[in-house]
Amino acid sequence: MNVRSQIAMVFHLDKCIGCHTCSIACKNIWTDREGAEYMWWNNVETKPGTGFPTRWEDQDTYRGGWEVKEGKLRLRSANKGYVLGKIFHNPAQPSIDEYYEPWTYRYQDLFNAPEGSDQPIARPVSKITGKEIAIEAGPNWDDDLGGSPVYAENDPNLDSLSEEQREQLFAIERLVMFYFPRICNHCLNPSCVAACPSGAIYKRGEDGIVLIDQTRCRGWRACVSACPYKKVFFNWKTGKSEKCLLCFPRLETGQAPACFHSCVGRIRYLGVLLYDADRIEEVALSSDENLIEAHRSMILDPHDPQVIRQAQSNGVHDSVIESAQKSPVYQFVKVWKMALPPHIEFRTLPMLFYVPPMSPVMSMRKGDVLTQSDQGLFHEIDNARVPMQYLAKLFGAGHDAKVRYALKKQMAIRSYRRAVTVGDIEPHIADQMLREADCTPAEAEAIYKLTSLCTFEERFVIPPMHREEALEMMEDPMDHKRETGFGVMDKPMRGS
Amino acid sequence: MSGSILDIFLFVVLPYAATAIFFIGTIRRYRTQPFSYSSLSSQFLENKKHFWGLVPFHYGLIVILTGHLIGFLIPRTVLWWNRVPARLYILEISALIFGLLTLIGLIQIIYRRFSSQRVLVVTSVMDWVLYVLLLIQIVLGLYTAVAYPWGSTWFAALAAPYLWSLCKFSPDVSFVAPLPWMFKAHIVGAYALIAIFPFTRLVHLLVYPLPYVWRKPQVVRWYSRPEGIR
Repeated sequence: MNVRSQIAMVFHLDKCIGCHTCSIACKNIWTDREGAEYMWWNNVETKPGTGFPTRWEDQDTYRGGWEVKEGKLRLRSANKGYVLGKIFHNPAQPSIDEYYEPWTYRYQDLFNAPEGSDQPIARPVSKITGKEIAIEAGPNWDDDLGGSPVYAENDPNLDSLSEEQREQLFAIERLVMFYFPRICNHCLNPSCVAACPSGAIYKRGEDGIVLIDQTRCRGWRACVSACPYKKVFFNWKTGKSEKCLLCFPRLETGQAPACFHSCVGRIRYLGVLLYDADRIEEVALSSDENLIEAHRSMILDPHDPQVIRQAQSNGVHDSVIESAQKSPVYQFVKVWKMALPPHIEFRTLPMLFYVPPMSPVMSMRKGDVLTQSDQGLFHEIDNARVPMQYLAKLFGAGHDAKVRYALKKQMAIRSYRRAVTVGDIEPHIADQMLREADCTPAEAEAIYKLTSLCTFEERFVIPPMHREEALEMMEDPMDHKRETGFGVMDKPMRGS
Repeated sequence: MSGSILDIFLFVVLPYAATAIFFIGTIRRYRTQPFSYSSLSSQFLENKKHFWGLVPFHYGLIVILTGHLIGFLIPRTVLWWNRVPARLYILEISALIFGLLTLIGLIQIIYRRFSSQRVLVVTSVMDWVLYVLLLIQIVLGLYTAVAYPWGSTWFAALAAPYLWSLCKFSPDVSFVAPLPWMFKAHIVGAYALIAIFPFTRLVHLLVYPLPYVWRKPQVVRWYSRPEGIR
């Protein structure tokens, strides 16, 4: 057992209101620069929808993630020799047109236009070329367009639905959508790291944050296509790749990452998970059906004395173990089994988990009355407007058992709390629902509390990062006296 | 050592100067501006013409440069190979094909730089200098190949001993002094490219990621452990 600690995340989709505050917080801190304007390390997608970049989930095109070939784990993009052979032109690389061309407006025209009978307008100009452009796409161009034939209908996840289900999904009275905020998953088996020819991308041993060494990146672009979530971006100005860094400078000073901190719906949770690094390959090789269970099984119980001993011997600080014991992520993922990894069939073993969203129930006609009631306590799960197969494709590698379990629990708790606060549900029915959902009243209260009444400190249990023990602290600061400073000596300027 | 002042300047002083600039320039740049070592790919900004330029150019150039290197390293073997006319023709024709590929690729690359506004934005002055030099160099090379046939033979017989004399620090320009000026220009062009190498995007050639072939797939760095990269 090789115990390592990982900063992991849970996004509670049932709470997401799609306000994009997270995206803006991130943009303002990290990507408001030339070359990075088009990047959204955090973005919020409307599902069903094509996403950002367009159809990123379609790995037949982008060839991201891993596949199992002859019992071995292989990058879907290519083997090593092939990567080096295709280094001059990467056939699976998305171009900026798959994202969008960033633009601004010529606002000065509003002030400088000569007097006339028409209103002056500010024309859009490209932030790359400075020339006028016709805007064709933006980062959330399909925002809220749940039933759109251009966007929603081209969602790659809809492939799992039957023709009839697809048609139903787009019937006007059944239109549905939910929000899907995304950042880098800081995976345990990251394909961007494995694909980087320069070895510039690495996972930090202490906290599992995946970073790109900017001075070692040579712009070979293999990571961009290899990441199945398309969360590595190519900076067209510096000629280097960039990605979400989980705001590590904030984490190291005990602050939540910007997107977490600013989340209006309070849907985000952050905490430490202890996992067994020796099992990464074995878990990633599991069959689609067993992937989620295997992934969960490599997450270790931070209260188990043996795990604690192993963690200590592996250099995990006591304070980090303590924070793993209080981790809300551990509760959601391992104890309550409500949070699921996105597209685990890409086999990168993401460390960001989603609580699947509830959706409105389909109405049905009974005589002259539109009603939503039917028999069975959990009928809503199968009558929800978002088809189960669709959610299973997103969060269950195509298998619905785990998704169903998570939804059932949410519904049971909802009924249970309704029985408590409103009282129009018989307590014995609520209890029966809890039992059927594999939940106890105590657990239901705990989930309810962490979902609805959670404080800032309960949502973000940030471990001390112990940078005071980092190697650079051993260096004599006087070594650098009269030098330019501790940071990057040359500005990160594009080479010639 | 014999030859005119000009010959000595072009074929003795220039190569040593260019090589010195090459080493000092690239090492200095790597140490002081590691960030600037990048392929500076523009595929992200333009994805279609990119293929038709970059692929023929790179593969053409790799084969041609390897050919030059072989002629330099094992000239006797090349001469032995060329003794049979059929083998000579095969060698010359394939070299010409790859030379043409390189030229076509470069023309496409230059055309792409002009025709795509986005790519034009990320094109530096040194890029243009490089393209002009490369274009001249490739055209001169192709012209030499066509106008003075069986270059593979006389490269091995004349250029190789000249280059070896440079390597042994006893330069002998008598091998190249009597050669046609178009070919002399090709040699000078090569030195010019070596000299500007550290100041252009060509440095990406030095960081071709060969270690990727044998490194482990996952890279983990510890900021608190002496072994660092593991």
